[in-house]
Amino acid sequence: MAKKTADKKADNSKQVGSHKSGVTQPQLGFIGMCRWAWRQLTTMRVALILLLVLALAAIPGSLLPQRIQDPGRVTTFLDANGAWGQFLDTIQMFDVYSSIWFSAIYLLLMISLIGCVIPRSAQHWKAMRSAPPKAPRRLGRMPGYEAFTSATGSAESREAADQDFLDTAQARLKKLGYRTVRHDDHVAAERGYLRETGNLVFHIALLVATLTMAIGSLFGYEGQRILVEGETFTNSLVAYDSFEPGSYYDANNLPDFRLKLDSFESTFDDQAPGSQFGQPRTFDAKVTATADGKSEKHTLRVNEPVRVGGTGVYLTGNGYAPEVTVKDAKGQAVQSGPQVFIPDGGDPGYTSEGVIKVPDAAGTQMGFVGVFLPTATQNENGELVSSFAELRNPYLVMSGYTGDLGLDDGTPQSVYTIDAENMTEMTDATGNPLLIQLAEGETQKLPDGGSVTFDGVKRYIAVDISQDPTQGLMLVSAIAVLLGLGLSLFIPRRRMWVRIKDGKAEVAALARGEDQLVERAAKDLAKDLAEEPDEDSDQRK
Amino acid sequence: MDVNTDLAMWSNQLIISAMVVYAVAMIFYAFDLFGGRELKQSEAGATSAAKPSNVRRTNRKATTALLDPPQTDVSAEISAGTGKEKPRRGARIGTSLLVLAALLHVAAVLTRALSVMRVPWGNMMEYVLTATVITVIVFLIVNVKKDIRYLGTIVAGGVLLCLGLAITVFYTPAAKLIPALDSYWIAIHVPIAILSTSLLYISAILAVFQILKNSQETKDPKWLRFMRRMPASIDLERFSYTIAAVGFITWTFTLIAGAIWAEVAWSRYWGWDSKEIWTFVVWVIYAAYLHARATRGWGPTKVAVLNLIGIATVIFNFTVVNMYFNGLHSYSGLG
Ligand code: HEM
Repeated sequence: MAKKTADKKADNSKQVGSHKSGVTQPQLGFIGMCRWAWRQLTTMRVALILLLVLALAAIPGSLLPQRIQDPGRVTTFLDANGAWGQFLDTIQMFDVYSSIWFSAIYLLLMISLIGCVIPRSAQHWKAMRSAPPKAPRRLGRMPGYEAFTSATGSAESREAADQDFLDTAQARLKKLGYRTVRHDDHVAAERGYLRETGNLVFHIALLVATLTMAIGSLFGYEGQRILVEGETFTNSLVAYDSFEPGSYYDANNLPDFRLKLDSFESTFDDQAPGSQFGQPRTFDAKVTATADGKSEKHTLRVNEPVRVGGTGVYLTGNGYAPEVTVKDAKGQAVQSGPQVFIPDGGDPGYTSEGVIKVPDAAGTQMGFVGVFLPTATQNENGELVSSFAELRNPYLVMSGYTGDLGLDDGTPQSVYTIDAENMTEMTDATGNPLLIQLAEGETQKLPDGGSVTFDGVKRYIAVDISQDPTQGLMLVSAIAVLLGLGLSLFIPRRRMWVRIKDGKAEVAALARGEDQLVERAAKDLAKDLAEEPDEDSDQRK
Repeated sequence: MDVNTDLAMWSNQLIISAMVVYAVAMIFYAFDLFGGRELKQSEAGATSAAKPSNVRRTNRKATTALLDPPQTDVSAEISAGTGKEKPRRGARIGTSLLVLAALLHVAAVLTRALSVMRVPWGNMMEYVLTATVITVIVFLIVNVKKDIRYLGTIVAGGVLLCLGLAITVFYTPAAKLIPALDSYWIAIHVPIAILSTSLLYISAILAVFQILKNSQETKDPKWLRFMRRMPASIDLERFSYTIAAVGFITWTFTLIAGAIWAEVAWSRYWGWDSKEIWTFVVWVIYAAYLHARATRGWGPTKVAVLNLIGIATVIFNFTVVNMYFNGLHSYSGLG
């Protein structure tokens, strides 16, 4: 049995021509070497190995943090892992999908694919235009085979009856979608050219898709922005919190549009039990988009981006921005308005962290670091936590600092953290660190005579804004991949022959590639052509 | 939030009832699989109509399935003409019970869906619940065309195991969807992913049987006696391949639909999120599997091993990646 399978494989690779595995001796010399390497690279066996290696090589990216997803986690990992982390970084384990080794694998695969597709396309082109081959002498060897005596005895002569029979057979085969050729004593037929066409379309579309993916990242861009209720975003470089253009993206040509966040509403589940309690249910951002002088209102949702000016605006996050007024010792409001607090990703209660920087206070600069709790409650340990994500009992807990915020020394700084190294913590009357705790509407005095007021809460959203001019092409190639694959796997490619001599008819079918119905095809045709198929030929069932 | 808890409770009850019936079905199937009585050719014929395309006609007898040991070959040929032999009662009862269990199971899925008025694919429990019922339905449908009841033990057993996990480890109370899942794409991407999983699973069981049968054909060890009644390994291989090929197409569709959804939700169609990575790995492995079949030097057993590696990555993608990996696809619902 094993031998038979080997036969079949061998035959298969003969059919696809270009996949002879290179058993030939490598010739000496550079050209010879190249030719040998090329032949190796375009064998099916090497393509297979490359595929397996590609699968393996993709895995580390899921085990280690990746810069394309979360550079912060990469830094944390590097800090925690010393030399080992450094080593992993050297071999590009945090940039797997743009690493030299990963690229090498898929480039080789692409080259192999090209080397495979070109000769096959040529071959197929020829095959498409040539006639089905003549019947081999011994049809009995074919996997599908039926022999019977033709019952058409009414014609004047045997000869004429045979020709009539072949006419019928040819018409029949044509109707079944075969390409047919009539010979003296037989009809040769072939069908299923689309199978190979599909296979080629599939492989070429894969190539196009891979290229498109590479090119898309060069010509597009992606940026992020946080937008508080009432704020308007004007599409220009300075308006982005972060901006990553592709190498060939001309950032001076950003499409001209504006986007205003009118309001944001969310709902959370307060009825479901267990792990489902507190899960978000709706995020609705009402926005007004303005482009070409026209304004339109949209609802931006997680799965419903707003498309404007050739870009997509996607809702990727949201949170609370407590409005806080800080007055200095003179009673002057030196800071007011919403401050973006970032929710702790893992906490369904939206416990959020943030800072307030007050550079313009009389005397010394001030900074506040704190936590915002949408629904503050005490847990069993007496700690303040947020038990729900909606604003049921908003509460702000902060510490205050005075001194140099470090804003003027030129080093870039996150707007969400304060470097307290050059600052001193505020203390209360007893000398303990000052704890500022405010419910909505409350005010607390500061030691130096100033005050902090928690005025209210606004919502904010985080949006991704991106442009990828190659998306359309990607979609087209993806659809071609799918169609090609369908044709390639399910169109049976088959040759058939019908021969007759003195009323003794034979029907034979040969599959080219996978074809479960080859025997059936012969049997059905034979049945069609003869009212009474010969007993012998039908003994196996 | 508008959850009909009565219906959700009914759903849980129905799952338990289905599990009981699956258990009994599995036992009957196991009797059929391991029971001593030999299958007759007439039953087997249906399972082994296919044969390699270019084997010479003169060899045909050797390649069609011989469910009986060679010496009974002749009697099998004779009995083939006389039609139905001793029915495989165990398998018949097993199948009837499987149909019953599937009905209960479908009812469980429907009541779950109705309790929250949405598609029942919002978390891992629901995903398992649907994947198992689809597996059973695929198995039953395939059986109409081709007798693969010998897989019944593993299908019923696997479903039983998965449902057990669904109501314990994966258990998630009925609730509405989170916004990230609330899109019509869930109704396109997820069911096809589930269907692919079911197809690839059935293909993998066939691959296991193929390897066992191959060992029985060549070495015939005692513990594999029961495999004598299986179709020839070459037939099992082809059937396993056909189902995997369908599974590969649906998986390709899953991947493409997922990429389109990702563009809508996350602003890019591909970003090497851990779920995306593993979906890609699965896809590449099955592509390799399809290639291996046409590659010289890759015998059927080696190819079947690739199939098994494939299903291992599918399962890994669903369990470990969902539960332990960081990523955007954190929808296990396990909190
Ligand atoms: C990007 C890498 C590749 C992928 C993902 C891929 C994928 C596939 C898939 C899924 C099939 C199955 C469709 C079918 O059986 O008709 C297939 C078939 C085939 N591929 Fe590829 N392929 C790749 C590269 C290559 C290369 C480099 C070669 C040439 C050496 C090649 C040659 C073939 C051939 C000859 C078949 C037909 C096999 C048969 O008749 O069963 N492929 N490919």
